[in-house]
Parts: sequence; structure tokens; C-alpha cells
Amino acid sequence: MSTRDLIAGTAALCLAAACALPAHAQVQTHYGFGTAAAPADLAKYFAIAPDGSGLPPGSGTAAEGAKVYAENCSACHGSQLQGNPAKGIGGDKLIGGRGTLASANPVKTVESYWPYSTTLFDYVKRAMPFSSPGSLTDDQVYSVVAYVLSQAHIIKPAETMNARTLPRVKMPNRNGFIPDPRPELALYR
Amino acid sequence: MRRDPIVYDEKSQRMADEMVKAEAKLIARRDLEGQDCDCKDGMFPSRVATNRRAFLLAAGSAAGIAAGAMASGDAAAQQALPGAVHYDVPPDPTKVQGRPIGADGGYGTRSQFETEVRERFPTANAYTSWSFTPLQKMLGNVTASGLHYERDHNGIPTIDPGRHRLAVHGMVETPKIFTMADIKRFPSVTRRHFIECAGNGLTEWKKPTLKTVQGTHGLLSTSEWVGVPFATIAREVGLKDGATWVLAEGADAAVMTRSIPMDKMLTDAFLAYGQNGEAIRPEQGYPLRLMLPGYEGNLHIKWLRRLEVSDKPYMTREETSKYTDLLGNGIARQFTFIMDAKSVITFPSGNMKLPGAGFYNITGLAWSGRGRVQSVDVSVDAGKTWYPARIEVVAEPMCTVRFSFPWMWDGKPAVLQSRCMDETGYIQPTLQQLIAIRGDNGPFGSIYHLNAIQSWAVAVDGSVTNVHA
Repeated sequence: MSTRDLIAGTAALCLAAACALPAHAQVQTHYGFGTAAAPADLAKYFAIAPDGSGLPPGSGTAAEGAKVYAENCSACHGSQLQGNPAKGIGGDKLIGGRGTLASANPVKTVESYWPYSTTLFDYVKRAMPFSSPGSLTDDQVYSVVAYVLSQAHIIKPAETMNARTLPRVKMPNRNGFIPDPRPELALYR
Repeated sequence: MRRDPIVYDEKSQRMADEMVKAEAKLIARRDLEGQDCDCKDGMFPSRVATNRRAFLLAAGSAAGIAAGAMASGDAAAQQALPGAVHYDVPPDPTKVQGRPIGADGGYGTRSQFETEVRERFPTANAYTSWSFTPLQKMLGNVTASGLHYERDHNGIPTIDPGRHRLAVHGMVETPKIFTMADIKRFPSVTRRHFIECAGNGLTEWKKPTLKTVQGTHGLLSTSEWVGVPFATIAREVGLKDGATWVLAEGADAAVMTRSIPMDKMLTDAFLAYGQNGEAIRPEQGYPLRLMLPGYEGNLHIKWLRRLEVSDKPYMTREETSKYTDLLGNGIARQFTFIMDAKSVITFPSGNMKLPGAGFYNITGLAWSGRGRVQSVDVSVDAGKTWYPARIEVVAEPMCTVRFSFPWMWDGKPAVLQSRCMDETGYIQPTLQQLIAIRGDNGPFGSIYHLNAIQSWAVAVDGSVTNVHA
């Protein structure tokens, strides 16, 4: 049997098999499951990118943020933003640590490590305060973000944070990250 | 006594100390379980449930209730056995009737004699913490669902699957909302995969810190998962040109978000609702979890409620301030998704004791996030000579294999190691090799992605300890 015959024979078999397949055994590309999402269905979701897309209207300053922080954040993160490692709490230190990343004891904080100011807004709005996440208004989030950035000496105390100004804040460790260079070729042989 | 050059900050010091303490408690409990059995100094699983029960009751916070339960053997005692129910043991089970069928209410439990549990890492806050799989007790390749390791960032949510929705939107032709019933109507895939936390072994960079394999490697588990490929959902909604990333979001109190490259999503990502033959467990993401085979555990978003298709990563908290690997030069690697090849011997392992020279079946697990495990080598002389191990299962992509190696111990000191090679040719490195590349400038080094060869030292008296060799 030549190769051509073999192929022809196989094709004929496949054809026969296809004919024998019940009509309902078909691969779909669209199933029609799910319902089209209206804008209202998606309104409660958000994700804020470094370019500021997704930031809501509103604004805040460090002065207002100091009050928000005292009421909602200081119990876990400390009155001086120094963190609180106590049992049952364990809030991260938020400021300090600049210049330590290459040392024997790197201190990673919003000030020393976080590359984007928008991440702080996204995370606070999303997941803070820890015991009642998502409970702050957008103005409160802008305010407390302004307060943390101001205490970290990244913005001036009087600067207003809003959808226009926040993405422009240059974080100290903005250039501190590289893409994953793995696989580490030295480990192959 | 200033031999230890490691600089711990307050938080790191507390974490290391607390974990050592927690593990010591667990070991004490196991020792108590094994005290009057012939199980050879903890080498084999204990067979004495009465001690376990007595210990749990004695250690219980409600001491008064516990004392009463001890006398009467009532419901409190039964509840004290995680995953099991206590029954009195008859002198001869062939002379009395057993329990009637169906008396368990229709859902079985494990034997009261099997007492191994996950152990929580004692982070200060129990709502953001992790728990380790007891690898030293795991049999075969799949992890029991109730012992699958956990990492939760603000507790385990309770979600009614009837009300749960998945939104798929962003750069798509038709944004859609799916119910769980919708998702289950799509053609499904069934695949075995490991999930490993990127922080597995973080205490082990600088010095051997934890005693047991549960502590050093227990953020690794394997399940059979059932779900719908993301590619199927992508065809359903239609991807727009330029769609290169997907943001996945969970419905927990952390509203966990991670950005995932579209290439991965279309290659082998799937939305899992099944685990080991039943619905996925609540602590594993019930009712829906994103599976990203071979990627670090944090990306396998649990309680999945939203996929936003995009042309950029969102730089979320978890992919910037956490789960980035700080190198010795102060620069951090970002988007270090893949878990490199790794293996560990689970028997004999730390804190076990061999009863004497003779035959032992060394066994362990090997895995790679880059594909199938190709082979596993075992050394009993700290890596001077290597022998091929037997692979006990058919290797599957991004899945563990169980390996074993017959060892005749001559009673002299030995150092046991295993080394995994994956199908890409990657060879599991030594700790020194990893540190030479990445540096080790923090109390926990670069924290994440420690996949170095593990060493267990066997002393003349048979005791097994965690060492850096």
C-alpha cells in the first residue's frame, strides 16, 4: 500500500466515521451561555492602573487624611505609620526604609519599595481598613493616600490628590524592578 | 554566642521565633501521640487515638467542658478530632455489630486514628496567614482536600454558589456575566496540578530554621481539578486586538487581584470548580478558582468573581509590594510567575528517628512549573554521588510525581538529598547556586522562589535533622 493510498484510505475512514457521528456531537465556538453585562452590572468593580485609569472622581489632602488615618488605620499601622507587629494585629510599616533595599536588612514600605502611587489607592479602596474593607469613601481614600505619601515625604503636605495628580506622583523606587530573567541559564548544563 | 550573623528586623524575628515555637508545639503533640505505641520513635504514623484525644481535650480552651467530655466521651470529644468522629474501640470488632450504614449522615470522615493536620504559620493576624500541608504523612501524589495548604489574605469567605457571578469584561467584544450553572455547562477539562506558594521555604534561606518537612516545604499540594478553559470563555466573549493581560479578582475580603499575561491565559489556564472528585473546598476558592498550572500559588485567584481583559498589568499590591523578589543589589524581580523545578524527600525527613541500620524506602515528591518531571536523583552522601530514583506515577505537566529509592542504611552518618530535573533540562540547584545569582540580603533572603536541594542529616542514633549541606 502506497503512502497515497494509505492517506486516501484513512481519509475515507474518517469520512465514514464522521458520517457515523451523531449530529449532536459538535464542537462549538459560541455556546450562548451567560448574559450580556450592562454597564450597571459592572459599576461596582474597579481596578486602577498606573496611568490613573479607573480612578474615581473626588479628592483629598493630607490634613483630611490625618483624621481618616487616626480613625481607621493607626490601630494597626501605628500612630507614626511605623507598623504594629502585636499579636492579632500585624499591620505593615508604611514609611521609612529609603536606601535600605541593598543592605543586609532591607525595609520594604510604601515609601521605600512601592513603585506606583496608584497601587496604594487601589489597595486602600479595595481591602482596607482590614476589619471593614471597602468602607471608606473615595474622598477618604484620596485623603489617606495623600497623608501616607506626605508623611513619606513623597508629596508636599499641601498637595491635593485626585484623579489627575495622583498618577503623576513619582515614587522613590519607581525604577527598582526588572522583569523576571528566569530561567537562570547557569542552572542548565 | 554571637555566631549568627543574620540581621532580623522586629517583624521577621517575631515570625521566625513564632514559627519555631508553633512547630515545637506540633512536635510535642506528635510525641505524645506516639508515646506508648510501637511506632519506633515517630518514624511511622502513630496508632494511638486515645492519647491524641486526651491531649486535645487537655489543651482545649474550654477546660471545664473538656473535663466533662473526657468522663462521658460526649459530643465535645468527637468535635475535637479534626475531620474525624470518635467511636469507642471494641476489644474484638468481629464480636459486636459495627455502625449502621448511613449513620454518618451520608458524608464520611477519616479514621479517628488519623490525626495529622495543617499547621498555621503564626503570623500576628490569623486572617492573613498560611497553613502547611503535613507532607510527611501524605501518601501517593494527590493531597487530601482537607489538608491542601492555604494562604488567605483576609479570611475565608462564605459564598452561596447560587448568588456567585463571574464577570468577564474589558477589552472584549461582548462583556458577560456568568452564573455557576452557566460555567458548568461549558465543556470541561480534568487535570492534576500542584500549587505551590511562592514563599514556600522562606525561613530556610539563611539557616535551617524549621525542623519538619511540613514547615520547610508544606506550602505545596496537588489535586485533580475540574473546570473550563479560559480559552473557551475567551471565544465566548471575543477578545479585542491588543488584549495582552487579564486582571483576575477574588470575592474575598482582600478582593485579591493579580495581572496575568494573556499568553498564559490562552495556553492552559482554566476556571476550576471541582477538586478531587467534589466541589472545590471553601478555603481553596469555592465555588470558582483560577488555575494557572505551574505559576506561583498567589496567582491562582480563589473565589474568582471577575476577569478584566486589558492591554497592561495593573501593578496591584500583590504584584509590586509583595511577590516580588528583592535581589542583593536592591533591585527586585517582578512577575516571577513560574515555580522552578524542585523536590524534597518526605521520608525520612526532619524530626523522624530511624530505629536502626537496615532497609528504608526513601520517598518524596518532585515537581516543576515548566513541564513534566523528567527524572529525580537521590544522594545519601550530601550530593557527592547521585542515583536515579524510581518515579511511581506517570509524570504529568506541572504536576508532582511521587518518587522512591531503596536505601540500605549502614548505620553511619548520612545526608539525604533529592534533585529534580524537568523536561526543559533544568536541574534543581543548590542553595549556594541560588544565592550566588540572587544574593541574600534580607532576613529571609529574597523570600520567594526558594527551590534549592533540601538536605536531611541522619545521625548515628537514627535521628533526622534539617541541615544546610
